Amino acid sequence: MNPLKHKTTIWDKLHIDLPLLLALLVLLGASLLIVFSAGGQEMPIVFRQLKRIGVALVIMLILAQIPPSTLQRFVIPLYISGILLLIAVLLFGVSSKGAQRWLNIGITRIQPSEIMKLLVPMMVAWYIGKYHLPPKMKHLFIGFILVMLPTILIQRQPDLGTSILIASSGIFVLFLAGISWRLIGGVTAIGAISAWPLWTYGMHAYQKQRVMTLFNPESDPLGAGYHIIQSKIAIGSGGLEGKGWLQGTQSQLEFLPERHTDFIFSVLSEEFGLVGVTLLLAAYLFIIARGLFIAVNAQDAFGKLLAGSLTLTFFVYIFVNIGMVSGLLPVVGVPLPLISYGGTSMVTILAGFGMIMSIATHKRILVH
Amino acid sequence: MFKGPTTIRDHSFEANLFARRAFIAFVFVLVLVAILFINVYQLQVTSHDNYQTRSNDNRIKLVPVAPNRGIIYDRNGVILAENKPVYNLEGISENINDVGESLEKLAKLLAISEQQQTDFLSDIKHNRRFKSQVLKSRLSEKEVALFSVNQHKFPGFSIEARLARHYPYGDTLTHALGYVAKIGKKELLKLDSEDKTKNYRATRDIGKLGIEKFYEDTLHGTVGSQKIEINNRGRVLRTLSFTPPLPGDDLVLTMDIGLQQAAQEALKGMRGAITILDAKDGGVLAMYSNPSYDPNLFVHGISNKNYKALLNPDRPLINRATQGRYAPASTVKPLFAILGLNEGAITETSKLYDPGFFQIPNVKHKWRDWKSWGHGTKADGYKVDVYKAIEESCDTFFYDIAYRLGITKISNFMAKFGFGEKSGIDIYEETTAILPSVEWKKERYKEGWYAGDTISVGIGQGYWSATQIQIVNSINILANKGVHNPPHLVSVTKQGSTVNLINNDEKEPIILKDPHYWDVALTAMHNTVKKTTGTAHKAFKGVDYDPAGKTGTAQVVKIAQGKKYDEKKLKEKHRDNAMYVGFAPFNDPEIVIAITVENTGGGSSVGAPMARKVMDYYFANKAKDLAGNP
Repeated sequence: MNPLKHKTTIWDKLHIDLPLLLALLVLLGASLLIVFSAGGQEMPIVFRQLKRIGVALVIMLILAQIPPSTLQRFVIPLYISGILLLIAVLLFGVSSKGAQRWLNIGITRIQPSEIMKLLVPMMVAWYIGKYHLPPKMKHLFIGFILVMLPTILIQRQPDLGTSILIASSGIFVLFLAGISWRLIGGVTAIGAISAWPLWTYGMHAYQKQRVMTLFNPESDPLGAGYHIIQSKIAIGSGGLEGKGWLQGTQSQLEFLPERHTDFIFSVLSEEFGLVGVTLLLAAYLFIIARGLFIAVNAQDAFGKLLAGSLTLTFFVYIFVNIGMVSGLLPVVGVPLPLISYGGTSMVTILAGFGMIMSIATHKRILVH
Repeated sequence: MFKGPTTIRDHSFEANLFARRAFIAFVFVLVLVAILFINVYQLQVTSHDNYQTRSNDNRIKLVPVAPNRGIIYDRNGVILAENKPVYNLEGISENINDVGESLEKLAKLLAISEQQQTDFLSDIKHNRRFKSQVLKSRLSEKEVALFSVNQHKFPGFSIEARLARHYPYGDTLTHALGYVAKIGKKELLKLDSEDKTKNYRATRDIGKLGIEKFYEDTLHGTVGSQKIEINNRGRVLRTLSFTPPLPGDDLVLTMDIGLQQAAQEALKGMRGAITILDAKDGGVLAMYSNPSYDPNLFVHGISNKNYKALLNPDRPLINRATQGRYAPASTVKPLFAILGLNEGAITETSKLYDPGFFQIPNVKHKWRDWKSWGHGTKADGYKVDVYKAIEESCDTFFYDIAYRLGITKISNFMAKFGFGEKSGIDIYEETTAILPSVEWKKERYKEGWYAGDTISVGIGQGYWSATQIQIVNSINILANKGVHNPPHLVSVTKQGSTVNLINNDEKEPIILKDPHYWDVALTAMHNTVKKTTGTAHKAFKGVDYDPAGKTGTAQVVKIAQGKKYDEKKLKEKHRDNAMYVGFAPFNDPEIVIAITVENTGGGSSVGAPMARKVMDYYFANKAKDLAGNP
């Protein structure tokens, strides 16, 4: 590809990847419709969601303008301040619902773990990308430390969902960087062996409860299993074509918990059926394919690793959320990306796509 | 630590490596998406029916709706048992501004007790905020009015009406009509065993006594249901469908409330019972047992104090017409006369020497006549025939018949007239009393039957006891010359315009060797009233409806040999019971009456005048009706 001959469009100048943007907008539009239905059919909640989408899109566009090289320049101070904020959260954080995730900085409350969802893949991609691929053991080890440090800090809050997302974002960088299959096999084996001490000492009672009810939700239909049972009823009763928008009895009559946040997939499944689910999954697959396409075509290792990691992390959101509400995985509090009501994750996810767009559109002319 | 690369990088190798890894990752993503899809497919397509059902079970609830209980009317359409609204003051907590302040103000307005307030506060605390809770139940009309004009001051509070059983005639009909009250544990078990629990899901009350209990299934009706949609907190959002309950059948009784009131009035201040049958079909025109009590007390749950008051020695809870066991005494003499004639022990003209007592040959014991010098006169050689024996209630004559026939013949014959078994009247509170027989005594006392045991049976005493309903039934058979229409209280059931006759099959009639024997007994009863020497003559002097009857005076305790009955020396409860049986008019009997009054002495001095009062009412009222409806 000769960049001199490359036709620059208006989208290139704006540093926007049009296919990606269109797919995102389709899902965000769907989000407004489903949030209206799940949130008690009231407009204020839709306006709040719309405002968050607006803010998140602006942040995405701003990040898309920042060239990857600039990001690399600031990655170390950003990562270090992120770690310090996480420590601050543990020391001075604000608690809500039994977990300490927020930091009150006077004007507003911030959630440093959300920022780390971006900083960890950036940091690891930068560090691994500096060296030849595949990375050497020493670099792998340091990369692993860079991932595990924030993961453990977030796990202490505790926030299982976010720590899983952050750990996977770092692991994806290492995987995409080409670590040997033998190492992957070994680590998987060690992970399986160490699962027992993690279960015994590393998890909170509520987390264990969630895992336990996953395997047999019907054993505790009025307690912890209630959410999963009601969610499966919502999905199952939706059938092929769904009950129709605003017609889902499980969601409209409030049998479904956390309807507009974590369990919004159940609302969608109930009201739009398997047809709606298929369209949603197709849209997600398109975005993932596009993200990986951008990653493969990125100019340098940092860009490839970062775009690839962000894209695959995006999929982790999808898999964990749908898996949990349909009874495949424990309930770990991960929103359905781009659809669930809520500002923080919306900003993080779109900011990630901002960086992917930046990687797609900022290409230096290389002189060999 | 963070140093830059030291060797020249192989970019195309790295790009290839990355592309391969990205491809593997994408394949992995596809596999996981497929897993998600298959799982959702299984939920939405394979198990769809199951989840659809469970989704409906979540939101759709069937709320049972209680049917209205059938109304009970007397034979003239007067309401005897109805469903009347009772008014409760109720509050819905989510609509009340300040519970404490509201209660304080309401307590001043309507006299609401501390207990009611605490109960209400606890109810709203332990129930859903949108559910209505009772603050004060059964408001008086004045209280309803008082609250209604002040309602605007109490948002969230309102007056709610609920139907409750009401008996407008109170204690006049209790023993016949019975009452309903809250379903108890015992009734629940019974309903369960009869598989009726479903039909009673919304029902609060059940028949506990009398007709209300006997006709429970007829009166109750069929439960309806309301299909409602609720949300996860149980709040009703809308009604999806409504199956109205089927109200219970109304009952029309054979009773006449006016006659019943006359019976109550006649028995005032005494312990006893009056039963009057329609001679044409055995329908009960009146059945009153004194003392009685107000059934309305039980409907809303009787207080401990009120209930204890009913457990007094006069035993108002007993239905003396069907549960009281009395010696039938001389009221059975006409039946004995027929028995004697039928068995050939006597003839219409045969006479018996009456010295004023009866003796079994070679036995010293004397069975006295109530008239110690006997009923004969010098003119007829101190002899008595069957007519005179009934008219004057000669004991000796019947001692003799009884002795000669023996207990087995007596027992078998009297059984045909319904003694010793339930009359089959349509209430459960009935006893068989005792018709003695050889077998009965053997079982009861492990002792043989003595000839002496038979003698007092001849005048309806000894081991023999009967209920009033048995006695009146036997007289009804007699008055109808053997036709047996068993007594019953309900004539028809009504559902809207559909009327169902309650089947009251005639029992097997009694056939005598000569039907003329009936006339002997009936004529003698007629004479008892008509002839100046008759025991009921005085009481019925001057009546215009031509009654026939028989008095009875039942000994409650045995009087020792050689002693005389002296009312004043006996304890009140050991005094004689006064009895009367009769029918009218003689030629074409319309009504049959039986009266029992405990411990008041003579049948002719107490029983007969009381019968006259009640019968006078019946015929005066009938005349009035005829005049009113030409």
